[in-house]
Amino acid sequence: MIPGPFQFHRPQSVADAVKLLSSLGDEARPLAGGHSLVPMMKLRLATPEHLVDLHGIGALKGIRREGDTLVIGAMTTQHELVASPEIAALVPIVKETSLQIAEPQVRYRGTLGGNVANGDPGNDMPGLMMALGARYRLEGPDGVRDVDAVDFYQGAYFTALEPGELLTEIAIPVPPSGHGYAYEKLKRKIGDYATAAAAVVLTLSAGKVATCRIGLTNLSETPLLAEDAAACVIGITLDEATLAKAADLARAVMQPAADGRGPAEYRTHVGGIMVMRALKRAAARAA
Amino acid sequence: MNDMTITRAEREAKLEGMGCKRKRVEDIRFTQGKGNYVDDVKLPGMLHGDFVRSPHPHARIKSIDKEKALKVPGVLAVLTAEDLKGVNLAWMPTLAGDVQMVLADGKVLFQNQEVAFVVATDRYAADDGINAVEVEYEALPVLVDPFHAMDPDAPVLREDLAGKTEGAHGPRRHHNHIFEWTVGDRDLTDAAFRKAEVTIKEMISYHRTHPSPLETCQCLCSFDKVKGELTIYGTFQAPHVIRTVVALIAKIPEHKIHVIAPDIGGGFGNKVGAYPGYICAAVASIVTGRPVKWVEDRIENLCATSFARDYHMTTEIAATKEGKVTGLRVHVLADHGAFDACADPSKWPAGFFNIVTGSYDFPTAHLAVDGVYTNKAPGGVAYRCSFRVTEAAYCIERAMDILAQKLGMDPAELRLKNFIRQEQFPYHSALGWEYDSGDYHTAMKKMMEVVDYAGLRREQAEKRAAFQRGETREIMGLGISFFTEIVGAGPSKNCDILGIAMFDSCEIRLHPTGAGIARMGTKSQGQGHETTWAQIIATEIGIPADDIMVEEGNTDTAPYGLGTYGSRSTPVAGAAIAMAARKVKAKAQMIAAYRLEVHEDDLEWDIDGFRVKGLPEKFLGMKDICWIAYNAPPPGMEPGLEAVSYYDPPNMTYPFGAYLCVMDIDVDTGVYKVRRFYALDDCGTRINPMIIEGQVHGGLTEAFAIAMGQEIRYDENGNVVTGSFMDFFLPTAVETPHWETDFTVTPSPHHPIGAKGVGESPNVGGVPAFSNAVNDAFSFLGSTHIQMPHDFWRNWQAAKTLGAV
Repeated sequence: MIPGPFQFHRPQSVADAVKLLSSLGDEARPLAGGHSLVPMMKLRLATPEHLVDLHGIGALKGIRREGDTLVIGAMTTQHELVASPEIAALVPIVKETSLQIAEPQVRYRGTLGGNVANGDPGNDMPGLMMALGARYRLEGPDGVRDVDAVDFYQGAYFTALEPGELLTEIAIPVPPSGHGYAYEKLKRKIGDYATAAAAVVLTLSAGKVATCRIGLTNLSETPLLAEDAAACVIGITLDEATLAKAADLARAVMQPAADGRGPAEYRTHVGGIMVMRALKRAAARAA
Repeated sequence: MNDMTITRAEREAKLEGMGCKRKRVEDIRFTQGKGNYVDDVKLPGMLHGDFVRSPHPHARIKSIDKEKALKVPGVLAVLTAEDLKGVNLAWMPTLAGDVQMVLADGKVLFQNQEVAFVVATDRYAADDGINAVEVEYEALPVLVDPFHAMDPDAPVLREDLAGKTEGAHGPRRHHNHIFEWTVGDRDLTDAAFRKAEVTIKEMISYHRTHPSPLETCQCLCSFDKVKGELTIYGTFQAPHVIRTVVALIAKIPEHKIHVIAPDIGGGFGNKVGAYPGYICAAVASIVTGRPVKWVEDRIENLCATSFARDYHMTTEIAATKEGKVTGLRVHVLADHGAFDACADPSKWPAGFFNIVTGSYDFPTAHLAVDGVYTNKAPGGVAYRCSFRVTEAAYCIERAMDILAQKLGMDPAELRLKNFIRQEQFPYHSALGWEYDSGDYHTAMKKMMEVVDYAGLRREQAEKRAAFQRGETREIMGLGISFFTEIVGAGPSKNCDILGIAMFDSCEIRLHPTGAGIARMGTKSQGQGHETTWAQIIATEIGIPADDIMVEEGNTDTAPYGLGTYGSRSTPVAGAAIAMAARKVKAKAQMIAAYRLEVHEDDLEWDIDGFRVKGLPEKFLGMKDICWIAYNAPPPGMEPGLEAVSYYDPPNMTYPFGAYLCVMDIDVDTGVYKVRRFYALDDCGTRINPMIIEGQVHGGLTEAFAIAMGQEIRYDENGNVVTGSFMDFFLPTAVETPHWETDFTVTPSPHHPIGAKGVGESPNVGGVPAFSNAVNDAFSFLGSTHIQMPHDFWRNWQAAKTLGAV
């Protein structure tokens, strides 16, 4: 439980960080909250020769509104998301989800950027970002580009990030006021990754579902957008039969691993239950 | 002090003696980060040792190359079995009469086994060194399932035992067989089953788990070459036993070994035995001439130092159709892993599992236990229980529920019908124990009344009907546990560890000004001995508890004792305290008689001093007696006021309790909610009710963890898959239910203060209550027994198997 030797860098700007990451190559890793990387280093499952600590870069922090979009700096901590009045008012599901990540000690250090960029299928934010239609800003040696969350994840710990690139911002389209939302997470205990979790963001029109997006956490190698499940509730008043149908359609895209949380069959089953519960709770909240 | 101006109640209160909810004195330092744990001890020139561990569960070692490791900056030495053979320490004896590799000798027998010990100037260098040691393995077939351990073609695990048909506990039938232990009358029991109107049979497993104390196992060894003395700081529950074992195996004279157990962050049985880390650190210190520290990390603790349970208990009960039990037959398959490193009294290979008749009047019983080797970590320690008592309590409490179900009888009614009655004590059980005292019916009825048992059963019936009508997806279970423990090991006629009788000790020395020190053979790991031991002394000799310092853990100053585990401290050392205190008091009485100019028989004890019978104004307080004892003792009497007592208990003590768990389970997710948990404990005389309550809370939390998910699990290839707190269930305050505690008091008739011990009761009694609640919830769907642990996915699987999903 002791990490191997490494060089520590603390750049003061995104440009310097990108320069370091691209010049040091594969042996360099950016350090955000450290709650995924540092445990891996202690187990020597990760042995980076260089750590590029992002805590010196003030520009990576903060939450601001730009028109219909909420832009969140990558180094904004989960605690800051929980405490933010803008988040609570505009995208309350981000607060609800943040509160289900680990425990307060972790949330004081863990960052939104680290959570979405690491590519760990157990992380809660990626599935939610898919449900919210978020985009990630990536800055690298060849410039700046934006990638949709739904296009970002390629496999467990594999993402669209190119060597030397840094995820700097998360842009979330502000959902319409009166939208319904819910993040339903089944976990074994506080601090655990999800056995299965579902994020639902929807709007109602005359009691029927007008729009709906469903993100899934830890039910495959990557977070998932359950598009068929979401499509099947559109134009319908949620009843038990529709909920069951949505759960089955969502289950069709799940491919969870068997682990200590249960066999794949169980995780898929409860994944569907989480979808039903999230849909129900989101609809109840929608105006 | 003019004792006439304050009331008797005030004098009594000032003592903070037995029965007082005295605040724990040790918490002042523990809550302020001022504890002194092994890892806080730093000696000049100290080195750090760490292990290269095997990734394979069973493999031959082809070669170990140290060269690269020795070139790592800071690495001073790499020890292997070959090096240890030079000092005859490649293997060490276990407490269970087996031998265990200190470092892998030719092969490895479990994943994470210790292969080489790297010694370096700091922990970072040691870890770098570990990664540079090159070990070549040749994988061998792996044996994981104990039920296949004695197959004819099962792999040979212990090549060192080749040809040995006789083990430490009798004949071995197979190369992976360790022992067979039988108790009871087989013929009589078989006859009872032949005549039985009703029988049940069920294989009840108690899975493998781990004590996982907050502080892992660790030590710091320092060998002084000039004096030839070895000092060992360690997380030892039994420091004197460690000293004697080191003397025996390292051939260092016992007076030149100093074992110091400083503050310990939890033990729960994990810190009773001896581990390779201790031997390696000692050898490394002798080799390098510098102090060497070894500290386990969490993964090592969970995967390598002693596990608990792994008992597979085929249980049969014979009964009349009216529900009177007539016989009990149990066969246990005990998985000990690669070495039998069970920490039981030496002659008890299955501990006190023969308490398995529980609280019930079984006219006859028979028990057979087969121990087997598998490719898993060694151990089998008593995780917050007396030796194998929690296994026994789980076995009988689960089986009684199964019998009740078969008879169509309420499980509470079945228990009430079969309890040992109050007038039967002292009670001789069919499997050989003499229960000291008990009043089971009173405790059970109190529990049923407080929780409104009948009302809960009515609610359950309504909920079941609603479930069957499709109105709810939740099922409700009531889990009863009525356990009897056997603790306080133990009487020398029954118990020893490697030939050392299991007495315990106390030395009390009062100072001239009326304060004093008590030194003990026990060692607190969080139990609060510094608080409670002083309370016993306060009541016995009238010196306020605040004026008594309790010291434990230094073998140079403490009287010899067997340590703290198996709820033995209060039954054995608690008795030694009272006996030592009474010796002090006897001398004090002589002094008082001389001073008050009366015969000793004319004095009576009055809270904190002696009073002349019939002359209330003639009084001499203990504080004054202390001064007189040193400075003006009666002619012919030696000065001083101190005593030592070594206490060999005449019998074990038998605490008991009635627990009830009310649980709701969502069949769609398997998620459970403990709605209510009521725990009535009878531990005899209660020394500190607040500490008892704390002990019960802690033990119930562990029981909850074990029953509901805490396990050490291996995959079919022998890889341990629960090696961190991510997967090894350690509940937080959020998951932990609310506990309601209650009590009855049935003192032990043979203990000087009537106390029985309580630290382990909640773990022993809690597990069956949780498991019975789950099983009771599912029983109406047609199940008789669902194995632990009852985590969410397994509950769902049970629901699915029973057609509820």
